[in-house]
Amino acid sequence: MTIRKLHAAALALLLGASPALAQDKILNVSYDVGRELFEALNPQFQTYWKDKTGNDVTIDQSHGGSSKQARAILEGLPADVVTFNQETDIDVLAQNGLVAENWREAFPNGASPYYSLPAFLVRKGNPKGIKDWSDLARDDVQAVFPNPKTSGNARYTYLAAYAYALTQEGGTPEKAQEFVAKIFANVPVFDTGGRAATQTFTERNIGDVLITFEAETKGIAAQYADQGYESVTPATSLFAAFPVAVVSENAEKNGSTEVSTEYLNWLYLPQAQETLAQNHYRTTDETVTAKYSAEFPEVKLLTVDEVFGGWDKITAEHLAEGGILDQVFVNR
Amino acid sequence: MTAPIRAKRVLPGFSLSLGTTLLYVALVILIPVVALILKGAEIGPARFWAIITAPRTLAALRVTLTAAALATLFNAFYGLLMAWVLTRYDFPGRRILDALMDIPFALPTAVAGISLTALYSANGWFGAPLAGAGIELVYTLGGVILAMTFTSIPFVVRAIQPVLEDLDPALEQAAMTLGARPFAIFRRVVLPAILPAWIAGSTVAFARSLGEFGAVVFIAGNLPFKTEIAALLAYIRLEEYDYQGAAAIALVLLGFALILLVLSNLMQFRAARHLEARS
Repeated sequence: MTIRKLHAAALALLLGASPALAQDKILNVSYDVGRELFEALNPQFQTYWKDKTGNDVTIDQSHGGSSKQARAILEGLPADVVTFNQETDIDVLAQNGLVAENWREAFPNGASPYYSLPAFLVRKGNPKGIKDWSDLARDDVQAVFPNPKTSGNARYTYLAAYAYALTQEGGTPEKAQEFVAKIFANVPVFDTGGRAATQTFTERNIGDVLITFEAETKGIAAQYADQGYESVTPATSLFAAFPVAVVSENAEKNGSTEVSTEYLNWLYLPQAQETLAQNHYRTTDETVTAKYSAEFPEVKLLTVDEVFGGWDKITAEHLAEGGILDQVFVNR
Repeated sequence: MTAPIRAKRVLPGFSLSLGTTLLYVALVILIPVVALILKGAEIGPARFWAIITAPRTLAALRVTLTAAALATLFNAFYGLLMAWVLTRYDFPGRRILDALMDIPFALPTAVAGISLTALYSANGWFGAPLAGAGIELVYTLGGVILAMTFTSIPFVVRAIQPVLEDLDPALEQAAMTLGARPFAIFRRVVLPAILPAWIAGSTVAFARSLGEFGAVVFIAGNLPFKTEIAALLAYIRLEEYDYQGAAAIALVLLGFALILLVLSNLMQFRAARHLEARS
């Protein structure tokens, strides 16, 4: 028995608590719109963990903007695991020594148990006939997406549109920049987060197309079924990883390394993958992917590495203050 | 010879309560402000200057100051009116109206922002008729002003109210019997009495508007150079992990707030001295 467990036992005796001494506990710090997803997943893992080890596990959830969550961890939020929608936010933790440098290799598929891609949500019957990225640059189309400076999901929108233009015939960085600037010029509002942009599109009736992760577009279409929104997956889009990592420094301190690692590994197992697919995320387990294939149109997925040469380059060239994104944003 | 009499205090425990107050002020107000200033000092004057004179920062500051000034002007007028009605008249529902005044304090500002946006957007209750008349508030500077007005109005009302309550109506009646016209009564009897409180309330409302974030970002549309407020720009810099940029912008806002408070105190001091000289 470790000292830690002795302490726990003493405390349990003192409080007259139930004899179940083995109480594992982890804090999962996650992105904003993952709240419902993890509310669905966590009870399943609790059962799985109980069956496997006989221990109870409590999973605390903290949700917010991905970068804001990363900053909170830097400033002391004792996260055991992170499940983000933004690789750069885990990179920041890695740079500060909270997460292992090679976190992408710690789990399969670049430590992304599920993924998504920027897609479109259009109004009933798709009156403007929006099918692909090129439609967004039309003068008669108003696109709604959040502020790419404050929302990871809008950063993907920007990158996907840029990547689309770049990979078209005769695509050059200049042309891609022009193309993205055209889309930005027709954005009426820049909300600070994905949920607010959804509200703008659905409740305030602003814009012809909402651009967000495919998982969101399908979720909104289901949630507002009576209004007949349609989810449109463009033929080309950008692979959006939903990266996970153990915050090793905290996990070691909390003695939760084992359960944290298991928790993230479990996300790759069929049971979790089913739930993920039901929540409209694309999955990595082949059987589950095949089972739900009708739900997810085929799409040519570009990756950040092949189009942009990795996140470091994107951060330096596009996202930094005064970078390409700022120029497009400001000269809209 | 008697021993020197120690001044009796009404309430006991002065040193303890003062100590607690100072500790609290230091922990909750001073240390964060000092941390912010130290963070700003790290930047170095050249970089600091470059950040705050960047066109985008200047535009955001201009939007923030313009909107806060207009919101404060509106509140100074309307807040005085509200305080006047609440103290000088008795009518059914006065107490409810009085309680409603505190709603902007109690409501989370993000909720206020979302509600205002829903009400004033082109398909909202107030927004639809306004849009018919060609007035757009949501996602324009007007929306920013609206949100700031909403969140800062109680500061003005609650500052003037107690002074008006203490002001003896007999003074006004006396002035009236001496033949003064209503406006002269207001200017020479009421105004001097409430002026310090009015200035103080309006200044705090202004300072609050400068820093307002939650309510504004929902209604502003956040278009750079048009409706992007300084607090949002500071937030954007944080999202970029640019702590220095955020600190520089925050310091400018803090500077404005401090200047305002000093000016307000000076004006209150002068108004009070003026009042004393006359009496």
